[in-house]
Amino acid sequence: MIAFHNVTKSYNGKPVLENVSFKISPGEFVSLTGPSGAGKSTIVKLLIGEDRPQKGRVIFGPYEVNKLEPEEMPALRKKVGVVFQDFKLLPTKTSYENVAFALEVEGRAQWEIEELVPQMLDLVGLADNQSYFPHELSGGMKQRVAIARAMIHRPSVVVADEPTGNLDHENAEDIINLLLKINEELGATVILATHSRDIVNKLKRRVVTLKGGKLINDAEHGHYIL
Amino acid sequence: MATTFFRILKFGFQNFSRNALLSATTISVLVLALLVFNGLLVFGVAANTATASLQDKIDISVYFKSEAPEDQILELARVMEKLPEVKAIEYVSQDKALSIFKDQHKDDPTIQQALEELQSNPLLASLNIKARNPDQYANIAEYLTTENLSDIIDKVNYTQTRLAIERLARIIDTIRNTGLAVTIFLSLVAILVTFNTIRLVIYSNREEIGIMRLVGAANKFIHGPYVVAGIIYGLLGGVISLLIASPIIILAAPYADVFIPELSLTAYFFDRWPQFLTYNLAFGILLGSISATIAVRRYLKI
Repeated sequence: MIAFHNVTKSYNGKPVLENVSFKISPGEFVSLTGPSGAGKSTIVKLLIGEDRPQKGRVIFGPYEVNKLEPEEMPALRKKVGVVFQDFKLLPTKTSYENVAFALEVEGRAQWEIEELVPQMLDLVGLADNQSYFPHELSGGMKQRVAIARAMIHRPSVVVADEPTGNLDHENAEDIINLLLKINEELGATVILATHSRDIVNKLKRRVVTLKGGKLINDAEHGHYIL
Repeated sequence: MATTFFRILKFGFQNFSRNALLSATTISVLVLALLVFNGLLVFGVAANTATASLQDKIDISVYFKSEAPEDQILELARVMEKLPEVKAIEYVSQDKALSIFKDQHKDDPTIQQALEELQSNPLLASLNIKARNPDQYANIAEYLTTENLSDIIDKVNYTQTRLAIERLARIIDTIRNTGLAVTIFLSLVAILVTFNTIRLVIYSNREEIGIMRLVGAANKFIHGPYVVAGIIYGLLGGVISLLIASPIIILAAPYADVFIPELSLTAYFFDRWPQFLTYNLAFGILLGSISATIAVRRYLKI
């Protein structure tokens, strides 16, 4: 379970989140929407412990993320897969190695890695591009590698922060379908931060809407209301 | 544990080989730093040999009156030998002085003839005294003039050579002090330049370090490969710098021989090749790994 309790966060005295509270149950597919600067990315950062709130609590399963020490972060980050707008792939590693890296740092056995990584790359449709370096891949392909990496240790939650922001319409649709597949077939909770009206309206899933750092709407089968 | 270790090694080698240009730059800087380091080692040895040979040329001689009894002279030699300032003392008897003199002038018939005509030995017995440190000749000379030795001592040649000795002592001191200062300064420059280069390599990887953290890599997985790469830089840098230094030493040896005939640079260098290699590797590896450790640490903070 994920919960934000009265979370307030400001940068240089300027509030970006004000008293935001919501809960997400396991297996949900939630879109976090709102215009740029609404606080979507801040919610993602607080959730994965990249930043701390000034007020309030951020709960992720057994963790109170806002209180975790730096050395406790790796354990948290292995339970949540994160996908970013700018992919954040390691440039000197191939697709295979980028995905394998997440397992290698977890201390998984070599045979396990050799079995799981090709399966995951196959799932995201990159079976034939395993030995390509990120600069040899298109934007859509890079995002697939990032999703494969986020999913490789079968996290219970996948957080995608504007995953389609750098992609064309077709590739964006593929990525959203991939996230749906992950939610439906693998049972992972998916939190999708996006400002794309098209995507939100097409999904017909729960929509949490933010504006100016405040939560203004939370609808079960929502659509883009701004 | 072993898996972690091998993965860190693997990532380290990948860091090294896939950032080929950065690795080559870093190694070049390290090689330059190590060349400075080798140069300083050789310069230190050359300066030491040169000052030691200069020092060895300095001594003071005490000439004894011809009627001074030999046992008194030998007694004085024994007493002086125990003085902390005295490094070596050599007794030259009248007979020995004569034979040395004859030997030195054996090709000069006038002198030979003069000596034969003289009948008696005109030369005086003497003690040649070498001090441990050139500054101490003044003390020794003073000791010889104050200790009621005027009955047996004819003259101490320190007064005549004092200026030369003092000047040499100053030169030797200056060589030692500036040598040390230059060594410390250039080592510091070499260390800082290498450190800064490695810091820049890691700075250019700061985004990667951030990504690794986000993927959940523990610090050892982020930090370890950079240290491994630092060690590889050190290893290669150490070997390459010695390979470059060797021909330079061979080329420079004839010039060095002119200034310091006591030191054969090539023999010195190649007899100690394994030591030089050890120094170079130790310096390179320590510098590489410590720089990497310090530099990565900055980006590991959350």
